[in-house]
Amino acid sequence: MVNKPIITVKNLVKKYGDFTAVDDISFEVYEGEIFGLLGPNGAGKTTTLEIIETLRDKTSGEISVDGFSIEKDADNIKKRIGVQLQAAGYYPNLNLSELIVLFSGLYGINKTPMEMLGKVALTEKAKAKYKDLSGGQKQRFSIATTLINDPRIIFLDEPTTGLDPQARRNLWDLIREIRANGTTVVITTHYMDEAEVLCDRVAFIDGGKVIGIDTPDNFIDKLVASGFERPKQVKLANLEDVFINLTGKEWREE
Amino acid sequence: MTNNQNYSNTRATLAIAKASLRSILRSPSAVVFSLVFPLIFIVVFANIGGSGVTVDVGVAKGCDTTSEVYQALKTNQMLNLIKDQSTEEMNKNLSKGSIDAILDIKKNNAMPPFTIDVQYTKASSKGGILKSTLNNILYQANAAMNKNQPQLAEVKETTIQGREYRYIDFILPGMLGFSLLSSGVFGTAFVFLSLRLTLVIKRFFATPVKRYSIVLGEALARIVFALAGALFIIAIGHYAFNFTLIHGLTTVINMLILSAIGLIIFMGFGFIISGVAKNESSVPPFSNIITLPQFLLSGTFFSTAAFPGWLQHISRVLPLTHLNEAMRKVAFEGASLVDVSHQLLILGIWFIGVYVVAVKTFKWE
Repeated sequence: MVNKPIITVKNLVKKYGDFTAVDDISFEVYEGEIFGLLGPNGAGKTTTLEIIETLRDKTSGEISVDGFSIEKDADNIKKRIGVQLQAAGYYPNLNLSELIVLFSGLYGINKTPMEMLGKVALTEKAKAKYKDLSGGQKQRFSIATTLINDPRIIFLDEPTTGLDPQARRNLWDLIREIRANGTTVVITTHYMDEAEVLCDRVAFIDGGKVIGIDTPDNFIDKLVASGFERPKQVKLANLEDVFINLTGKEWREE
Repeated sequence: MTNNQNYSNTRATLAIAKASLRSILRSPSAVVFSLVFPLIFIVVFANIGGSGVTVDVGVAKGCDTTSEVYQALKTNQMLNLIKDQSTEEMNKNLSKGSIDAILDIKKNNAMPPFTIDVQYTKASSKGGILKSTLNNILYQANAAMNKNQPQLAEVKETTIQGREYRYIDFILPGMLGFSLLSSGVFGTAFVFLSLRLTLVIKRFFATPVKRYSIVLGEALARIVFALAGALFIIAIGHYAFNFTLIHGLTTVINMLILSAIGLIIFMGFGFIISGVAKNESSVPPFSNIITLPQFLLSGTFFSTAAFPGWLQHISRVLPLTHLNEAMRKVAFEGASLVDVSHQLLILGIWFIGVYVVAVKTFKWE
């Protein structure tokens, strides 16, 4: 597979006064991959994402998204990307299908609510309000709104935070399905097990700098090759496997 | 995969307007504040005010009620003849001023045929009305009796045709103006603050929508809702309380245009508040600073003419004063929008001032 960059970030810097949130970051995201941005809170993941999404101004550096520069072609980029924000709300008092209609209008695209809700298995909730959904349903609905414009890339900022193991696995399946349809996925997460099974490549960010980019497998192999050993012997299963095994893997509606 | 169809800002604007209108219609506070409150005020005030001046006249026991003089007094609508009070009660009420005079007519068997005994009270100044009414009746009666005597003077009475100015004609435009003020200020401030705090606007910015589409779409929804509300209030006022609409539909349309102008200015205050307020609980205090003084000083319930001079100067400055004036002129006097250009000019100055500040203080994120 030829790795064709769809996002190129070169020497990105973002300063808030004296504080440097993003300090000379460079990386590429390849077309069709699931790319993970990993790192502790305050490392600069969300800031970096929001600059790429054209929601925030950069201090310096160059970014191109699907061949468009974020400075000159922000509008073209917005038409080609889907964005899920951390903790974003939706227009009050509207039900899901009305929200899809609203977003279709904002994107200037004709999509029926049922078509979009169908993609994330929420057709039964078409008349429900966003605030009445469960955590997993909220995230799936958010993802549905990112897919309205048939984006080339979607950005998911901590989509699985706060979800139970079933909802998390359900969301992984959805993300894999989106990628299988040709959409590149950029995701941030605090769960390393999630990054390990979901992401083709990950970048570790700390203190506003990229401290490593590789596939999860290569990272692990390199660490093991350096002589690292877990203090506790790893068993063939972990407690989450037990949880899933006991409660069943299938998605449940809360 | 990528879409090449032309992006339509109009479509995006209308999508926001539609969403916003749906949201407003489902929010109980918007409906209550714009429709129910003004209607309650109108119903209450239309019923307690507006009856004009009446003189309460106690009719003494034994008063000759068959006489011509009594009959003439009875037909006078300004006089309220009270017969169901005892003499003692009547005297007490007269001294308190809760009745304005006591009347006693006695038939004589000699000339003059009647003696009219009237007691006035220092506690009420309305006795003068009875006095002049009585004089008038007696003058006519005496003149009729002494046809042979030369007349010293002839009184000619004419009444000009005028429209009855009911209290509803005063209160309805005031309530309409105030409802526009509160819905413009509170509604706009709350919506934009909460859209900002819940990151709804940020999520919008990740779509190709333009900033002006968001503001325009919201404004459009609020105007449509407010005008529908205004129309409803005017209709209730007209059909249930005889609110005067001189030129019918034209007057209604002019009132709606004025409503839209007023609302746009008041929304400017809302934009400012949404930018200044840190959270939703600081919206009501800020909004009250804008709305309460105008509620009291802009001639919403009572005319500003009764205010002392310095207070009148303040009320002359407030935008709601001029909106109310323009509304009343249009509705009751049949003025056109050109006739209220003075009021519109002052509203125009407010528009510029408010939006200059709004552009500087408004926050998107």
